[in-house]
Formats: sequence, C-alpha cells, structure tokens
Amino acid sequence: MARTGPAFRATTRGQVLLTGSLLVLLAFTVAPLYWLLIASTHNQHDIFGRPPRLLPGGELGTNLTHLQTSVGFGRVVINSLLLATTYTVLGGIVCTLAGYGFAKYRFRGRGFLFSVLLLALVVPTQLTIVPLFKLMVNLGWLNTYQAVLLPNLALPFGIFLMRQSMRALPDELLQAGRIDGCGELGLFFRVALPTMRPALAALAMYLFLFQWNDFLWPLVALRDPSSYTIPVALAALTGSSDIDYGQLLTGTAVAAVPMAVLFLFLQKHFVSGMLAGAVKQ
Amino acid sequence: MSLALRERSGGRGEAPTRPAGPGRRPGRSTARLAPYLFILPALALFAGFRLYPIGWSFVLSLYHTEGMTQSWTGLGNYQRLIHDPLFWKALGNTALILVVQVPVMLCLALGLSVALNSALLRWKPLFRLGFFLPVVTGLVTYGLMMGALLNQDSGAVNWLLGLVGLPEVHWLTDPFWAKVSVMLALTWHYTGYNAVIYLARLQGIPDEHYEAAAVDGAGAWRRFWHITLPGLRPAMLLTVVLSTIGTLQLFDEPFIMTGGGPDNATTTIGVYLYQTGFRYFDFGYASAIGYALVLIISVLGLIQVKLAKEED
Repeated sequence: MARTGPAFRATTRGQVLLTGSLLVLLAFTVAPLYWLLIASTHNQHDIFGRPPRLLPGGELGTNLTHLQTSVGFGRVVINSLLLATTYTVLGGIVCTLAGYGFAKYRFRGRGFLFSVLLLALVVPTQLTIVPLFKLMVNLGWLNTYQAVLLPNLALPFGIFLMRQSMRALPDELLQAGRIDGCGELGLFFRVALPTMRPALAALAMYLFLFQWNDFLWPLVALRDPSSYTIPVALAALTGSSDIDYGQLLTGTAVAAVPMAVLFLFLQKHFVSGMLAGAVKQ
Repeated sequence: MSLALRERSGGRGEAPTRPAGPGRRPGRSTARLAPYLFILPALALFAGFRLYPIGWSFVLSLYHTEGMTQSWTGLGNYQRLIHDPLFWKALGNTALILVVQVPVMLCLALGLSVALNSALLRWKPLFRLGFFLPVVTGLVTYGLMMGALLNQDSGAVNWLLGLVGLPEVHWLTDPFWAKVSVMLALTWHYTGYNAVIYLARLQGIPDEHYEAAAVDGAGAWRRFWHITLPGLRPAMLLTVVLSTIGTLQLFDEPFIMTGGGPDNATTTIGVYLYQTGFRYFDFGYASAIGYALVLIISVLGLIQVKLAKEED
C-alpha cells in the first residue's frame, strides 16, 4: 500500500483532526476528576489558590484526620463498604433468581408481572420515600441496615439484565438436564449459573455502584451520624455553616476512587452487561 | 416503558417451553411451581417495599398533614397544587432542563459515538474508558466536585475564564447560571453513558451498507443521514425515554449543588417534593406532588413511545 500521496495524507489529516478534537473533549471530561484527586491532598487555602494546583500536596493525612473527627469517617467508610457488599450479594441472588424465572419458564402471569416491575420505573423514588419512611418507623427499623437494604433488593434493572442474559442460554441444555433427572433448582445452579459469569460480574458491579452511590433513601433512613454512608456524611458536611473544602473533597475522592478502580478492572464486563440490559433487541 | 414495550414485541418468538410435559415424571407439580418460586423473593420484596408504598402514598395524598395529626381532605392537596406558584415554578425549571439539556446531551453523545466508531480514530480503548468514567462517579460525589469547581470567587472554572479574558460568572448564586451549572453537571455525567448505548448500535450496522452507499456516490453527510441515523432509531428512543424519566425525577444534582436555590431557580419537582416532605413534614402534600409527577412522566413517556411508533 502506498504510504504517500493525497489519499493517505487526507486520511492522516483526518486521523489527527479527529483524535485531536476527541483528546480535547476527553481532557474536559477527565480534568474535574483529576482536579478532585489533587484537591484531596491540599488544604482549603491551596485548593482555591490561583492558579489551581496541578500537583499533589502533602495534606491528605491532615484532611483524613479532620474527617475522622468531624464525621467519624472511618466508621462511615466501613458502613458504606458493608452495605454495598451485603447489597451486592443479596440483591444479586434476588435478581438472578427472578431473571432466570422470567427468562426460562413460561407461566401464567409472566408478561403481566414483568410489566409491573418495569412500569415501577416511572414512579419516582421520592414518591415512595415518605411511606417507606413511615413503614420503617412502624417496624422500628430506622437507622438499621435492613431499612437501607431491603427496599431496593428487587431492583428492576438488575432483574431485567439477568433475564436478558439468561435468554441466551439454550433450552435444549435445560431439557437435557431434566431428562437426566436433575431438579429445577439443580438446573439453575449447575447448568444456568456457570454460563452466566460475565452477566453476574456486570450485575455485581452495577449493584455495588448503586448502593455505594445511593443518596436519597439512606439520607432518609439513616438518622444517626454513626450509621451514615459516605454520600450522606458528605452531604451533612456541606450543611455546616463553615465548610472545610479540604475535608469535603478528600471525602469525595474517597467515594470516587474505589469505583473508578473497580470500573477499570471490570470495564469490559460492565459496559457489555449494561448494553445487554439496555439495547438488546 | 420502552423496556416494557420490547418485552411485548420481542418476547414471543423465543419464549421458552414449559418444563416437563404432562405426567412425564412425579416432580411435575414442583416443576409447575418452580418459576413462581424463582421469582417469589423478588416479587415479595417488590410488593412490600415498592407497590405497597406506592399505594399508601396515594392514600396519604388525600390527607392533610399538620404536625402529628392528619385530616381527610380528599382532593384538597391536588387543588392546592394547582394554585401553588412554587409547584409551577419547580415544574417550569424541570421542563426547562428537560427541553434544553436532554437534546444537547443526546446530540453530544451521538457525535461522540460516531467519532468513537470511526475507523480514523486512534487509541479507542483510552477514549471509551475516559468518557465512561463519569458514569461510575456517584451523584453526590460529582455534585460536590462540580460545586467546588464552579465556586464563584475561587473556583477553577472562573479562573480559566479569567485566563481567556472573560468575566467571572456567578455560577451557583445567579438564578440563570445556577440552572446552567446543573445542566453542565448532568451533561458531564450522562453523555458517556448515552454514547456507549449508541456505539453498541452503530457497531451492529454492517460496513457493506456504507460501502454500497459510497459506491453509489453518497457523501459522508448523506451516509450519516440515511444509514447511521435510521440504524440508531431504537437506541435513540431508549435514550430519550430514559433521559425524560431521569430528568423529570431530577433530585440529587440540584439538591447537592444549589439546594434548589438561588431563589428556587433550581428547585425541581423532586427537590420540592423532598423539601415538602422532610423539611416541612407535610407528607400529604408531598405525596400529591409525587403523584402529579407520576402522571406527568406517564403521559410524556406514552406520547414519546406513540410518536416513535407512528413514525415507523
């Protein structure tokens, strides 16, 4: 192939132009996150210094110590980790079981029940917050983990995601298992589940992300600062009259970094899983 | 909503068969029960923590709440809603964000997905990673981050504007710019997500279509108009419906960045509902606001799906 001539030059010019403009756009996208990371290592004065600091400073430890004294940040991070992990495991079980049931059986009421699940998506979270709050008060569950976890375990998107993935599983495989005398639960565990690893990875990532970042419901359900999750604790910090941005942005970075790292590792599964849920026809 | 539609249109063809034919083995009745047992945990949780509160909030919306006491008011809360200027303002703010931000974001996502799909682009994995990174950043996280960046006196954005000779902008304290700030934050957060949805569809359009069109003398613009856009239709409907629902329910970003201010300029219906319920503890009125929102979302969603169908 000729590597010179007008056609090649046009192509390289296009390449440079396109790649260059996307790089600029990428810079705008990533810059805020980079700035956040840097900000977490400076004190308030330097964070808002001019020009903005572009290299890490030495205040990360101080910021973390301040966070610990003002909102008990260590406990808050543990709360977030515990809640997100438990939610991922329990929600994963509930969504996978339901997704399998909807995908691999034909039964009376299937279409109706599934539509009800999906139609609930148009109901804003804020609407159910008031009665849910009253329900938790009546049950005496305010400030408990189960109050935060239970309402969202049957996450419609998760069920939808698993149902879409389970559909790809050939029915012949299940029938063969049945002829061999395998029970329905056995089929689920020994035939269906082992083929679902990529989908399960996507689901787990999605559920963890959902709980880790969820704000409104934990804000309402958790009234005691020692049970706060990271987003709730950060929101509480902004409520004080004299906000210390060193603390605030360090806490914000602590919330963002684990998710970014998790995403880097599970990127492929996560994006393809999201897409399977979103656009598979 | 579009998902529900898809279920109806696509579900039949590959519907699985009922396990175990009649009387084939003694376990027949358990096999019949099996699907219900699989979906039981999800249904029970869903009924208890979603459907029941949805019903309860309707009952609540018929009561007047004052302090600890409740009194029947029938449609009183809904009548109050119609004459409540703040509700209309919140509705207007929400509608403005919907009408301005969603089209801008989706056009950006469209351009981005076409660029990401282009054979001319180098370092694709890097770009895919970078543009998707905001999606995994939590709402509170990026709300706080944006708030600090847009800080009027000392934020980095105003410093950048100063560098190129532009005046300082009162991002979060001016009613107009506060709306712009919320829209900027939303666009930063969700563009990559929509672009990835488009990209997946684009990758499904066969290269031969483009090659054939090129042979027929169609330029880049006509190929985009006649092949790319029609190919993206289902994905576009999906993103429009999802963005509409998401925007109408908008809460976290304005709540974190501006608290609904200044002068209620960024009070969305979601923020107003929360404030009514949990700042003024007027649960009845808050529920009425919620139901008004459900009604608006349902009507808009139905119109969108219907319009999309008619065009087919």
